[in-house]
Amino acid sequence: MWQELRTELYPRLEIVTVALEARGSSAARPWIEKANPAHPALIDGAHVLAALGVINVPTGIWVDEAGTIVRPPETAYPRQPAFKDRVVPAEATPLQREAIELTRRLNVDADRYVAALRDWVERGVASRYVLSPDEVVRRSRPRPLAEATAAAHFALAQHLHGAGEAALATKHFKEAQRLHPTSWTYRRDAWAIAGPDHPAIYGTTWLDDVKREGVENYYPRLEL
Amino acid sequence: MIFHAARVSAAELERVTGWALKPEGLCRDERCVPFTGGSDDAIGLADAARALGMPLVEESRAGLWALGPRSGGKALETATLPDITLPDLDGGLFRFASLRGRKTLIVAWASW
Repeated sequence: MWQELRTELYPRLEIVTVALEARGSSAARPWIEKANPAHPALIDGAHVLAALGVINVPTGIWVDEAGTIVRPPETAYPRQPAFKDRVVPAEATPLQREAIELTRRLNVDADRYVAALRDWVERGVASRYVLSPDEVVRRSRPRPLAEATAAAHFALAQHLHGAGEAALATKHFKEAQRLHPTSWTYRRDAWAIAGPDHPAIYGTTWLDDVKREGVENYYPRLEL
Repeated sequence: MIFHAARVSAAELERVTGWALKPEGLCRDERCVPFTGGSDDAIGLADAARALGMPLVEESRAGLWALGPRSGGKALETATLPDITLPDLDGGLFRFASLRGRKTLIVAWASW
């Protein structure tokens, strides 16, 4: 997904992709091998990046040559995703129609995001998209005790899942979701592990949650 | 950050969390927080968690403890990228610190 942009901008810009996958490399491997990226492609089973404020995907973080974050986590698409132009098939069920129509309304502004990225690569610190360290910290998410505790539960759940302790893992996945209810990564990764039975296990679905929380909040509008 | 015991060595605490036991307390990079009551051989995770402002969660049925990140402020305490280490597909470890010297876009994604 990012290889084309990397080819264009490297070596002025490196891209590092991080797969948030509690199932580990087995879940990400087919995608990475198909993309065959020249850039580092890493696996984050315990969602360590949540500690930086990552709560949904795809999310981008800009880091300058000195290791300073110049833009905190924000929605990052390299191009317009196919779901934005998806047509409802004639044979779609009402539920399928609703899901397709909802995903078309998600806030995605790939053109503006990539233009800003190119501007930063070209102009460096003079780019108007570079934020001061104080602004980066100000824009990063608050981290109350509940959300920090959710991260510990998710790490436990991922470890337990890997050890074959499915019931205990589910208990901690649920606790992570309860303590950090706005994290889509905690929900969706656990749902992926549960498979088609996830509505029965977790009591909700992506469609239900997006409707309840507001489609406009799934991807906050870019503040470029 | 997973642990298999409620008391760990200072070396184990540093390996997992990055916080090292020093005469000044628990220290990471330039920052130190006051900490007494631990030794190189044994630090109580609950004591360290309290000093660092990190939540500690226990799963007694599996004999596991997990520390969460520091809480109370912003997710980014400073604009400096933490030196996170993550594996690639083959298990090779990659340090974010190795990216110094080049602009980098870190992208979190998922297959789900």
